[in-house]
Amino acid sequence: MEKILEVQGLKKIFKLSAKQQKIEKTKEKTKRAVNDLSFTAYRGEVFGLLGPNGAGKTTTLRMLATLIRPDAGDAVLDGSSVMKEPEAVRGKIGFLTSELKLEEFFTPNYLFDFFSDLHGVPEENKKRRKEQLFSRFGIDKFAEVKVGNLSTGMKQKVSLVISLVHDPDVIIFDEPTNGLDVLTAKVVTDFLADLKTQGKTIIVSTHIFNLIEKICDRVGIIIDGRMVLCDSLEAVCAGKSLEERFFELYEEKVGEIV
Amino acid sequence: MRSNMLTIIKKEFARFFGDRRMVFTTILMPGLMIYILYTFMGKGMMGQFATDDTYVAQAYVENMPDELAPVLNELSAEWKESPGMDAAKNAVAAKEADLLLVFPADFSAAVAEYKVSDGPAPNVEIYYNSTATESAKLYNMVKSVLDSWEDSITNKFDVNAGSGAYDLASEKDAAGQLFAMLLPLLLMTFLFSSCVSVAPESIAGEKERGTIATLLVTPMKRSSLALGKIISLSVIALLAGLSSFLGTMLSLPNLMAGSGAELDASVYGVADYVLLLGVIFTTVLVLVALISIISACSKSIKEASTANAPLMILMMGVSLTTMFGGGGEKNLGLFCIPVYNSVHCMYGIFSFQYTLAQMIMTIVSNLVCAFLLTWVLTKLFNSEKVMFAK
Repeated sequence: MEKILEVQGLKKIFKLSAKQQKIEKTKEKTKRAVNDLSFTAYRGEVFGLLGPNGAGKTTTLRMLATLIRPDAGDAVLDGSSVMKEPEAVRGKIGFLTSELKLEEFFTPNYLFDFFSDLHGVPEENKKRRKEQLFSRFGIDKFAEVKVGNLSTGMKQKVSLVISLVHDPDVIIFDEPTNGLDVLTAKVVTDFLADLKTQGKTIIVSTHIFNLIEKICDRVGIIIDGRMVLCDSLEAVCAGKSLEERFFELYEEKVGEIV
Repeated sequence: MRSNMLTIIKKEFARFFGDRRMVFTTILMPGLMIYILYTFMGKGMMGQFATDDTYVAQAYVENMPDELAPVLNELSAEWKESPGMDAAKNAVAAKEADLLLVFPADFSAAVAEYKVSDGPAPNVEIYYNSTATESAKLYNMVKSVLDSWEDSITNKFDVNAGSGAYDLASEKDAAGQLFAMLLPLLLMTFLFSSCVSVAPESIAGEKERGTIATLLVTPMKRSSLALGKIISLSVIALLAGLSSFLGTMLSLPNLMAGSGAELDASVYGVADYVLLLGVIFTTVLVLVALISIISACSKSIKEASTANAPLMILMMGVSLTTMFGGGGEKNLGLFCIPVYNSVHCMYGIFSFQYTLAQMIMTIVSNLVCAFLLTWVLTKLFNSEKVMFAK
């Protein structure tokens, strides 16, 4: 199998403000969000990052998307280093997270063209891809409606489509079904399965066991910024359900769940 | 890089010009409001000092000297014998009469015999009411008549007594002087206000709404984003600033009509306007870049607007330097200080006292400064601490 993403000793430390120290109930001035994290993803597979809130999943994905810079370590994505060639990395990935918002003044149609231009998508590909994706998600019905007037589900569909304007080989999704109604969540899950059949590599972070069991080939379990287990779904589960295995591991590493 | 920069410029224009309300409030309204406000103020001032030509003032007089009676009777006033000092003063205070003029007894003889070495001269008292326009007008006329009469009886020599034009300044220079005194401060205020109305919305606003992260995750270089934002915002701010400038130029003649000053913007030639536009555009680039940096460091539009307030005060302070300290700057070296150079270039253009070296120095130093500030903005776009501060 061809490696497409190799993460080596990724580390990220955040400074905590007085307010954050209060919220986290700690006197420490820094927080190790990601600690010496390493894993590999192979071309065409769906790799799931599983962990509780605050485990470091989102921080890891943000480092892979070059939105934030690792304090140590590196990740090489399809031959490009996130530390040395962030622009090249951004050109190769599609990144979707709830913190990326679309300008509410514009229509999905305008935004698709705008982001296609920023990704340098040729005019003929742009038109074809827009038709394909808009029709797949039913966006053509509200393509000329301003984003501000769309429902949360519609906005999520548009965000998903915008993240894929350039038909990237590696797709990084952070909690893709969070906050979505069951119907839109199903559309997104089905689409991820579709992308897998197209041979795309998908890195997805979630705390929804069902989503991982449904679409992932391999799983990495992150607890407190560390990768505690990374293997194929079957090997991780070891004959149990993913949920059972996760809580076993959690109790082993952190202690009893209160 | 160029193509991404153009894409950002197009998007910023689409965002701004696609919103009719924003175009109206940012570009059209300031110019229109300034025109209406200045015209209204001009008309108000004219109205305050205007008097009814057919009005015959009611005036009281005590001990009117015979030689002054014919001159005073020529004024548009009906002179009556005073009913007594207190009664006459009360009538003037109550606006029932316009003036009380009191000559000392034997005024003519006292004046004829008076020598400077005698001490205080005979005193004429004129009581009037400054809050009544007609009373104030009659006071000025009577005082003028008495001053002229005094000059005529003690005349030793005259200064500029003939009807010739003694002020040799051309009308063009006089108008230029007036424009130079008023416009640099006004223009800088308009330009700064225009920049503040667009830059925080576009940069701090995008941060606040979370849309800047969507841009930062594309392969576009941060420098393209910074340049695209600064150029597009500068063009919009320039349009807004020009609207205010146009409103001012068109309404200044109305505002100053009461003062008798001749203000005509056609005293300036095409070259003057082209230079002015060059100075204004490069100034806007510097201002937009400065405000963009402040906005990038702010978490919200509100925070950015507050943080920009001290800059506004500084800008006003620098703009005032043309009003005090003898006008335009002569030291060429000081024309490399952004904003200060712009203010003094504007003064120079309006007063026809600029040199080409000053203009070139200003435009080049403003461009260099804008370039450096764009570099800083690029660094800020690259900084996760700045862009994703919570």
